[in-house]
Amino acid sequence: MTSYRLGNAGSVNRGQPLTFTFDGKNYKGFEGDTLASGLLANDQMLMGRSFKYHRPRGPVTAGSSEPNALMTIGTGARSEPNVRATVAELYNGLTAVSQNRWPSLTFDVGAVNGLLSPMLGAGFYYKTFMWPAALWEKLYEPVIRRAAGLGKLAMQADPDRYEKSWAHCDLLVIGSGPTGLMAALAAGRAGARVILVDEGFRLGGSLLSESASIGGVSPADFAAAMIEELEALPNVTLMPRTTVFGWYDDMVFGAVERVQKHVGTPSPDLPMERLWRIAAKRAILATGSEERPLVFGGNDKPGVMTASAVRTYANRYGVAAGGKIAVFTNGGSGYRTAADLVAAGVDVTAIIDARAQSADAVPDNVRVIRNGAVVSTKGRKRLEALIAERSGFQEQIACDALAMAGGWSPIVHLMCQRGAKPVWSDEAQAFLAPDVGAAFIAAGSAAGQDRISACLKDGATKAVALARELGFAAYEMNIPEVEGEYDPAFAPIWYVPGARDKAFVDFQNDVAVSDLGLAQREGFRHIEHTKRYTTAGMATDQGKLGNVATIGIVAGMRGVSPAAIGTTTFRPFYTPVSFGALAGTSRSEHAAPVRTSPLHDWAKKNGATFVEAGLWHRSAWFPREGEKGWRDSVDREVKNVRRNAGLCDVSTLGKIEIFGKGAAEFLNRIYCNNFLKLPVGKARYGLMLREDGMIFDDGTTSRLSETHYVMTTTTAYAAEVMSHLEFASQTFWPELDVRFVSSTDQWAQMSLAGPKARAIISRVVEDDISDAAFPYLAAKPVTLRGGLKARLFRISFSGELAFELAVPAGYGEAVADALMEAGKDEGICAYGVEALNVLRIEKGFITHNEIDGRTTPDDLGYGRMLAMQKADFIGKRQSSRFGLTAADRMQLVGLKPVEVDKEFMAGAHLLKEGATPSMANDQGWVSSVCHSPTLGHVIGLAMLKSGRERYGEKIVVWDGLRGKEVAAAVCPPVFADPDNRKLQE
Amino acid sequence: MASLITCPHCGTRPKEEFSIRGTALGRPHPAVSEEDWHRYVYLRDNPKGRYQEYWHHAAGCRRWLVVDRDNVTHDVFGVTDAATFGRVGE
Ligand SMILES: [Zn+2]
Repeated sequence: MTSYRLGNAGSVNRGQPLTFTFDGKNYKGFEGDTLASGLLANDQMLMGRSFKYHRPRGPVTAGSSEPNALMTIGTGARSEPNVRATVAELYNGLTAVSQNRWPSLTFDVGAVNGLLSPMLGAGFYYKTFMWPAALWEKLYEPVIRRAAGLGKLAMQADPDRYEKSWAHCDLLVIGSGPTGLMAALAAGRAGARVILVDEGFRLGGSLLSESASIGGVSPADFAAAMIEELEALPNVTLMPRTTVFGWYDDMVFGAVERVQKHVGTPSPDLPMERLWRIAAKRAILATGSEERPLVFGGNDKPGVMTASAVRTYANRYGVAAGGKIAVFTNGGSGYRTAADLVAAGVDVTAIIDARAQSADAVPDNVRVIRNGAVVSTKGRKRLEALIAERSGFQEQIACDALAMAGGWSPIVHLMCQRGAKPVWSDEAQAFLAPDVGAAFIAAGSAAGQDRISACLKDGATKAVALARELGFAAYEMNIPEVEGEYDPAFAPIWYVPGARDKAFVDFQNDVAVSDLGLAQREGFRHIEHTKRYTTAGMATDQGKLGNVATIGIVAGMRGVSPAAIGTTTFRPFYTPVSFGALAGTSRSEHAAPVRTSPLHDWAKKNGATFVEAGLWHRSAWFPREGEKGWRDSVDREVKNVRRNAGLCDVSTLGKIEIFGKGAAEFLNRIYCNNFLKLPVGKARYGLMLREDGMIFDDGTTSRLSETHYVMTTTTAYAAEVMSHLEFASQTFWPELDVRFVSSTDQWAQMSLAGPKARAIISRVVEDDISDAAFPYLAAKPVTLRGGLKARLFRISFSGELAFELAVPAGYGEAVADALMEAGKDEGICAYGVEALNVLRIEKGFITHNEIDGRTTPDDLGYGRMLAMQKADFIGKRQSSRFGLTAADRMQLVGLKPVEVDKEFMAGAHLLKEGATPSMANDQGWVSSVCHSPTLGHVIGLAMLKSGRERYGEKIVVWDGLRGKEVAAAVCPPVFADPDNRKLQE
Repeated sequence: MASLITCPHCGTRPKEEFSIRGTALGRPHPAVSEEDWHRYVYLRDNPKGRYQEYWHHAAGCRRWLVVDRDNVTHDVFGVTDAATFGRVGE
């Protein structure tokens, strides 16, 4: 193994050596290295295999656009696939493994795909796996998926935590190269709140990679001085390791900060990553530009990389990309690379220039082949030589790395994420940032500036203007003198003719020029079609490197300007963002809040089994020893309520306090039935309609004083009803004096039901609650023995004599305990929502099973509640419309099996005897079913066409889902105490 | 959609605090024609471009607001309390 680490070049910390492993082998690097620079320093150029042909690949870049050097980093639950080695910060003990190869990176069986490449061209999948269709699911898809996965996920829970945060600033500067640093400093000095963000782990951007003299010091030292001043400004926030991945409405930017990705042993006190939303008044895009690869035969050989990458490895990391490096260029970047390499003592074998002439300075003793082209490369796992051609003359030039300089593309993705398209410039031969308004502007090389000096000036000027616009007294900046910078101008060449090997435009997805040609021939000419047919630009790098070449080459094939081809659509995210960061703290048990009733602990100590209902955890039933299943418990609870008494937690019902002089009138318009004359001290059942005449929700509302009501809603609709009341009050009738407060969480509410309810509750309540003093539907404040103020309602959802007692939430458990104690001798039991449901079905009471948005009051047997004589109520006008009063509407009925041991389930449909199951023959459907311990068989509630006229009819309950048919008798929907005698006791 | 909504009562707040109900439309007088009621209950224009929409500041002041916005560019032209919407000249 050769060391490619250069003498003393670069800014890695040579005093801090690090060890790491790649595919099980140990390597040494330095603090400040990326994984890629560390591997290159150790002569490890082969870093991955391409996706389709499994071709050996090395890094093409030294940054975030990298398509090839993707690896899995970390072990166990922390292993992360598809990490770009070119941006992964090296740390001590880092473990990296190569991907997309089997059994090993150097010997990969999948490379046989390369031999089959004539058959695996663009559109291969579309053409090959079309038929027989039956094979798709069983054979093609599983095989393709196994072959196609890129990296493997750790199938373990992520051990790290993530968080989200907001940030606010006057000016957001994206990118910390020469442009960004000057912009941040100009605005920072003026006193503006500045956030400077950079995806790299070290601020400075391209300044860390270039050789020149800025104000008499090296670019890296210049950057260090700027950062020192910025750090000292309290109004400036520096955010390295942070990628701005998206630009959203109202100048909100999404960014992800890699807080601990670069740490061997992450601290449990910090998140792994932090997702930022940055609300900025103004923003400057200072993201720089991307050097384009050249598209020539064999351009994917490990060792072929962009010239700027070769420069970065040499100047920033002190690593030579090879021992003998050739340069293929169409502009000044290639010459600067050669000069930097020569200065570092690296052998430059030749500069092949596609142009006939140029004014670029040639380093001493370096050979230049003008009007030349690279048409082929030699070597398998690493470049060994290239074939250069000039005017038909070919020669082989030995080299182990090739720096290619194909011109520059401004990095304008963020500006194009909200619909604007980049604009082709013939002068710059590049797509430039679109005009997206004055709040977000591009500066520096992202705006087409090509020299360091121009970038420094552009960043400063634009930031000063923005700061002044925001009212800050910003002063013009002194722009330091830049000496020894090169002219990065270039003469575009999209496709290098004469290729003798495949010439790739998209390295990761193995899309070659020939694939683009095929797409044009086969009619996939629109660039979005070309993209999808060839998969160019669809890999994890999203074509950051190859898309411009793709467009240029397609333009060339069609003989038009790239402007006529246009770009594909830019969308967030700029680079991949982990699901962990997007989820933040909303995962596992924290994905949704848990709501528990104030009586939760009471239910728990009474042995409750809980059921999730929306966010609520409600007590479902209370099993006792010897009971074999939930049915045993529920049957016992139901029987005990009907015989003795039971206590049920009903705290989850929505409770809304309603105040105001206009409250009575308001309620009268909200409910379809009359509420105007509800006396103080009384509760009334009400139905709320939607404006289309269908029932919205039901519940009781009690009048506690002239101007104070308390409304109960169903558990599920508590929030919706609250919004509905607010909407009606604020937009329909703002003149009515009425206000609302949700008090669902303030009250512990329990229903005590059963013939012995009064005897029990009178032991706890001081007030007279005899039938005369506290009749059915009484609703009054009461005092409990001991002095606690409470509310008592004589309402029932079971058909039994029942009271609902509401006490302040904190007293709930104590009062429930007192009631259980008081009822011990009477045989009280706790009952849950399952028994509650059985009790209500036996009594024919409705829930949202029946109020499903398609039922009117009349459908459910409440037609007489519609107070059509009222001037107005929500839903009134549509209640009388055609169709809602039709006699053949489905109406609520009861169902009993003809043979009592037969069962049916909710969701089944109803058919006339002998009818074939079809939509046309559908007579209705079953909404609620339970086993009735009172009757000893299954009972159901159902919606049946003209149901109330059909009591006594025998009907088929057809359950297509479960393949069951049961004969049932239609009956009235009230199975227990149809005359309401028990309620009045 | 917008990222930030400036509530006339609470100031600039993230959109997650709001819920959206749809086109802002004054409720007709109870006595107007069947056609007017039918239009109010069932028909919506679904315009492309600028339109007015009910937003509820559910996690804020709990006021219903009318957001005047462009559903193509996502520009917000104004946010007003819904109590004052559509009542001019009543
Ligand atoms: Zn508000």
